[in-house]
Amino acid sequence: MTSQIPALIIVVPLLVSLVVSLAAWIRQSLCYAAALCAMLVAWISAILVMGRVINQGVITYRMAGWAPPWGISWHIDHFNAIILILIATVALINLIATRSTAAREFEDRPGVFYALYLLFVTGLMGIVITGDIFNLYVLLEIASLSGYALLGMGSGRAAVSSLSYLFIGTIGASLYLFGAGYLYIATGSLNMADIAAILPTIEQTGVIQVSFILCLIGLFMKMAFFPLHTWLPNAYTHAPNSSASLIAPLTTKVMIYVMIRIVLFVYQPEFAFAEMDIDRVIVWLAVIAILAGSMLAWKQERLKRMLAYIIVAEVGYMVGGFWLGNTAGMTGAVLHILNDAMMTLCLFLAAGAVISRVQTDAFGALQGVFTKMPFSMIAFVAGALSIIGVPPTCGFFSKWYLISGGMEAGHYAFVAALIISSLVNVLLFFRVIEIGYFEPFDSHHHKNGQTVREAPLDMLVPLLVTAGLLIVMGFYANTLVTWIVKPAISAATMGGL
Amino acid sequence: MEELAAVFVARYNYWGVIILMGIGLYAMIAKTNMVKKIIGMNIFQTAIILFYISTAAKYGASIPIIAHGHGAQGHGIRAADYMNPLPHVLMLTAIVVSVATLGVALALAVRVYWNYDSLEEDEILNQIKAGQLNRK
Repeated sequence: MTSQIPALIIVVPLLVSLVVSLAAWIRQSLCYAAALCAMLVAWISAILVMGRVINQGVITYRMAGWAPPWGISWHIDHFNAIILILIATVALINLIATRSTAAREFEDRPGVFYALYLLFVTGLMGIVITGDIFNLYVLLEIASLSGYALLGMGSGRAAVSSLSYLFIGTIGASLYLFGAGYLYIATGSLNMADIAAILPTIEQTGVIQVSFILCLIGLFMKMAFFPLHTWLPNAYTHAPNSSASLIAPLTTKVMIYVMIRIVLFVYQPEFAFAEMDIDRVIVWLAVIAILAGSMLAWKQERLKRMLAYIIVAEVGYMVGGFWLGNTAGMTGAVLHILNDAMMTLCLFLAAGAVISRVQTDAFGALQGVFTKMPFSMIAFVAGALSIIGVPPTCGFFSKWYLISGGMEAGHYAFVAALIISSLVNVLLFFRVIEIGYFEPFDSHHHKNGQTVREAPLDMLVPLLVTAGLLIVMGFYANTLVTWIVKPAISAATMGGL
Repeated sequence: MEELAAVFVARYNYWGVIILMGIGLYAMIAKTNMVKKIIGMNIFQTAIILFYISTAAKYGASIPIIAHGHGAQGHGIRAADYMNPLPHVLMLTAIVVSVATLGVALALAVRVYWNYDSLEEDEILNQIKAGQLNRK
């Protein structure tokens, strides 16, 4: 029985998403309860799977019992087990925190929201757990399509922004599919482990290089790597708050996971780093991404939009750190996936709490929010400190690994970009804190009769839990690295590096 | 020159795919009408579907159905005599994905039309700019 737990992670949210859309016909309040149960089951299964991986090593789960090269197998090692827990945790916290927001934003059809929510989580979990490159494409599109729908259901510009995201996202996914096709032509297999075994034995031709480049560009589009980031700020800014705080922490991070998985476990480091020789180019692109993301964030006048550009810069951190090609850089990149998802969740939830009370996220209207909503803003400050990289919070530790990786590789521009971006982040967040803390609350701004007060408890408790997790993850950063990140990376890089 | 022509003729399926991708990308970038962009996106996806299908073809091969197949293994069935069925199966899924993408894209286009009463990108951008000015 316990050997079937990996299947539960995907099957339960998938089936319950159907149940949720049916339950909406009976009673709308059932939707939230069903979604919560499904997420709890997925979360517990993810933790059980992690436990099994730590105790027994890599799990290969055969879907419906078909043997790997032909059937679809799920491959779970330390790396994706921790990402599974991350996705489940973020989705669960966000589900609880946005209950009232979602009820307001999707008043007449909560069934649609929760069904899409679960489908999105199913897609992401599937991307992470699968060991098959075509299966990965299908699940990528499941996650993306439900993401487009979730983002597009806001008011005003949401639909336009989501449509332009859809165009770019579809090109990205299609390029990935194109690359996977070339890989299939070259190796005759779709199973990641099988391809990894075949690739070193066959002649290295242009076909494999083309497939590598196509997959990489497709994933760069999906993860909003700097020149290809244009869809992200609009899509996340105009989206409903309840879906933005789900999608913003997870989509880009899962795409970075896919990049690492494909490069390390399919093409393998000897080919990707030694033979392709594009690692330094990509690190330079990451340097540009970090600087451009930080500069663009500086120009924004709205909280959510500023956070969206910070995500663009953070993608540069992780991509650059990974392509440094040494253990410290990769450790930093993997650790930063975990930390950045939690930090982004914390900041977006805090922004959502502020918007639910102040009705806007323009900086001008944030005067005095610290006195009116102290606990939400404490969580916001925790998230901000973590993005900046102040020691007790988790952001410091991943940035430390990234910087030492940069020093080790002798790539000082990357180190400089990281430090400059941290300084810009200080300015960015202190501008918000200055307006919110030092400028007195201006009641003229809020003449509609609404009173600005602390966010409701169901929003505040998950927010404070997230903020607490940032500090807990900081304290246990060493444990995370030795128990999970190190085995994840060393499994792929035994030979090279 | 002759060499180049040989490459062009021998690999005509890839050239077809590249041309279709180009048409799709051109429509997505150059057209301002949302529906034309969506059609371009669909052409782009179709190009990749055709790419997969063309890789399955073999000269002189028949459809991959083995008549009287039970127990026939080992009785001279050569894989080279049959087309590769796997890309077809994969593309069945990819077609479903592209239809679903088309559906979501059209649904979003309908919402855009409700909001702005137009599907032309430049008109929508003008309205967005005008709206921002009004708010200020």
